[in-house]
Amino acid sequence: MPKDSGIGASSKRREDVRFLTGTGNYTDDINIYGQLHVHFLRADVAHAKLNGVDTAAAAAMPGVHRIFTGADFEAVGGLPCGWLITDRHGAPMQEPRHPVLAQGKIRHVGEPICAVVADTLAQARDAAEAIVLDYDTLPAVIDMKEAVKADAPKVHDDLTGNLCYDWGFVEDNRQAVDDAIKGAAHVTTLELVNNRLVANPMEPRVAVGEYNRADDMHTLHTTSQNPHVIRLLMGAFVLGIPEHKLRVVAPDVGGGFGTKIFHYAEEAFCTFAAKALNRPVKWTSTRSEAFMSDAHGRDHVTKIELALDKDNNFVAVRTETYANMGAYLSTFASCTPTWLHGTLMAGNYKTPHIYVNVKAVFTNTVPVDAYRGAGRPEATFQLERVIDMAARELGVDPIALRRQNFITTFPYATPVAVEYDTGDYHATMDKLIDIADFAGFDARRKASEATGKLRGLGVNCYIEACGIAPSNLVGQLGARAGLYDAATVRVNATGSISVMVGAHSHGQGHETSFPQVISEMIGIPEDQIDIVHGDTSKIPFGMGTYGSRSLAVCGSAMVRAAEKVINKAKKIAAHLMEASEGDIELKDGRFSVAGTDKSVAWGDVTLAAYVPHNYPLTDIEPGLEETAFYDPANFTYPSGAYACEVELDPETGHVKIERFSAADDFGNIINPMIVSGQVHGGIAQGIGQAMLEGCVYDSDGQLLSASYMDYAMPRAEDVPFYTVDHSCQTPCTHNPLGVKGCGEAGAIGSPPSLVNAVLDAINSGGGKKVAHINMPLTPSRVWAAMQ
Amino acid sequence: MKISMVVNGRSVAGDVEGRTLLVDFLRQDLHLTGTHVGCDTSQCGACTVHVDGLQVKACSMFAVEADGAEVATIEGVAAADGTLSAIQQAFQDHHGLQCGFCTPGMVMAAASLLKENPRPSEAEVRHHLEGNICRCTGYHNIVKAIMAASGQEMPALAAE
Repeated sequence: MPKDSGIGASSKRREDVRFLTGTGNYTDDINIYGQLHVHFLRADVAHAKLNGVDTAAAAAMPGVHRIFTGADFEAVGGLPCGWLITDRHGAPMQEPRHPVLAQGKIRHVGEPICAVVADTLAQARDAAEAIVLDYDTLPAVIDMKEAVKADAPKVHDDLTGNLCYDWGFVEDNRQAVDDAIKGAAHVTTLELVNNRLVANPMEPRVAVGEYNRADDMHTLHTTSQNPHVIRLLMGAFVLGIPEHKLRVVAPDVGGGFGTKIFHYAEEAFCTFAAKALNRPVKWTSTRSEAFMSDAHGRDHVTKIELALDKDNNFVAVRTETYANMGAYLSTFASCTPTWLHGTLMAGNYKTPHIYVNVKAVFTNTVPVDAYRGAGRPEATFQLERVIDMAARELGVDPIALRRQNFITTFPYATPVAVEYDTGDYHATMDKLIDIADFAGFDARRKASEATGKLRGLGVNCYIEACGIAPSNLVGQLGARAGLYDAATVRVNATGSISVMVGAHSHGQGHETSFPQVISEMIGIPEDQIDIVHGDTSKIPFGMGTYGSRSLAVCGSAMVRAAEKVINKAKKIAAHLMEASEGDIELKDGRFSVAGTDKSVAWGDVTLAAYVPHNYPLTDIEPGLEETAFYDPANFTYPSGAYACEVELDPETGHVKIERFSAADDFGNIINPMIVSGQVHGGIAQGIGQAMLEGCVYDSDGQLLSASYMDYAMPRAEDVPFYTVDHSCQTPCTHNPLGVKGCGEAGAIGSPPSLVNAVLDAINSGGGKKVAHINMPLTPSRVWAAMQ
Repeated sequence: MKISMVVNGRSVAGDVEGRTLLVDFLRQDLHLTGTHVGCDTSQCGACTVHVDGLQVKACSMFAVEADGAEVATIEGVAAADGTLSAIQQAFQDHHGLQCGFCTPGMVMAAASLLKENPRPSEAEVRHHLEGNICRCTGYHNIVKAIMAASGQEMPALAAE
């Protein structure tokens, strides 16, 4: 019998009511009395020397208050990168200045050059057309391998070439890996591209800056996944505003998927301009602007080698990856291809020797940063593709080859510096084989073949590192921020509870799932518990939401704070019932004295805390509110096995996804309904990457895919119903909830199985031998590969 | 230009520029911010409303074109006492939304479909949503919710 409340219940989402009735409060819904509107004039060439900007005519146009250029921002800092990577030889990465508005040079299409602030947006846009830019176009460099050649145009004149860093991991493994590959019975080599994507949350980014001269207070309303981090980065590194004079608010945010983690120029601009003009300043991105100014994702070019012994045991993995940074280092750009990618190259397999080389490259393109999964999809894609390719070369069953090499004992220390605490990869594979109905595949394939179609079945496994932590480890690895989280449990006098959490909800349903945990702990109904998030003036601190960290890290902080609250409440209950504190039990919202019929309700205890007329004030402070910061001992390691079944029309190359199945191990589950929804969304984004999506730049650096007319987003007809299962549960051993995180799994797990399925279909008919096709698998690419 | 229309049963008037889009009139002049803007090419459907009973993207129509029309937006879908419509309730029951940004457009599109076709097939639901993009749900629960709102049994593959 499923539970109807608390941990494990599929509680309906309370936030849905406002979203379903149009009463949400998204950032663009915020309009402040007296606000002005800003329009950014953005570069329409990829690389140019900027000689000057003539704003005189534009400044005289109706409604225009002021036009800002790069010169206005010379005295402030550049947008900072949050992670310092040290290269193979011990040198720090090259770190260029990233100005708020372009200074002297244009480095990618979409870079903001001028900002026109006017009474209305239409006036600002009109005036921007009257600005005259004087620039000399320079040759652009778009291709990463071209960019690292000695004679390539330099994106940053003051850097040594376009290589940001050349990272080796683990450098000490290098020779052993080379030796193992030389001595192997079989080596499979695969060169592939992980296509550049745009995250495309449906709500475009928005920033509204406010300034109050009376108390020198700045407020920024922004579409962010982590308001405190934005406050820290913008306040301390860009504008020099003390934290107590800067409030950052991220209200309802319409999806993030990583691209709203980062600190952007528009946020700094609106905050700066609000003070300069002493008026609120609002910017709302158009979708076309979003394509040119939201950080992009993925964009790796990789060569991977998998070496096997004569019994098909994996003996070594060696990779060389070029990772595109774009023109500037976005907030976490440097960390994604290194610590979020290299550390997952063991996958689910006991490969003894692994070496990962990553060359991060500057090009004249939009900056690239973390997108759903961030580094882990890139690792999973190459590993799971090369395993499938090896199975085909060796003529063995791809599932059997995986099973033979699975890690089966835990904890397991990989050769790439992480330790998996728990997992059961055979169990998820067993579950997958069941839910995807592998037994019926041959009959379905025959039925397809009878109609002239080809049917393929592809599988893959994945593992990811979630709940990014711990602070002392990531600090050693170059992080310039701590990776803990914080929560305050504030019990009101009448017993209802407000929980202030550092995690930020932008679709994940925290307002529903977090109260489920507190309800379970205390035994009061979920509707007596509220979650407060997304406002630096209301929550103690927060590192935000990304990397599936909300419950594992912030939820753990909330549990710790609630434990403190309960302990104090037990002391008060003991006093009220004249009993020993050690004898007090809390169950279903009542405190009782063990072995007696004495009890007192939760609300009576909380009232006593705030109305302390009969209260041991010498022993216990009044009030009932506690805060905890939680810094976990390790990442969490969700894992799973995915299967995709496709039908391919050999006449056209069109691929139809017939079935998609996912068996995941997320550890303990708080709300199964929400977890399934997260997996569904991730799978659709993975299908998008595999089948449809991809940024296209021409050789001059012009972004050809800068709207929904040109960038193919998955729609309802492009995807099937998914079969998902998360009944395989090996709880995480190092957080109090035993949770692992589910938000990214679908996007990590789905692309390889889809590509494996299409290749299975192609290679099943007519003696075709196609080793690999790069994503997205458009009909023309599939058809061409088959010819 | 002076315009007037009936929005969610209420007569409203405004003074707009010729280039003002219907969605901007709704959001900025009438403060009906439930209708969202997700793109600038009429591809995403977040701004879907009904004009004289027909499903329309409010970003692809000038406000002056709706002069004299009856417009229905997401704010008018629930009952006056706040009770959700059958479609809204099905979206909540089947977790057919996550961030909620595309949701008003999805609900308006679903209402239009079910008015025309009270018992659509899964394929018909998916086809009807071709002009609405959701980035969160993978469409699974949206399709389920719309089929549930039509009172139909779920296909076996939609079980989870």
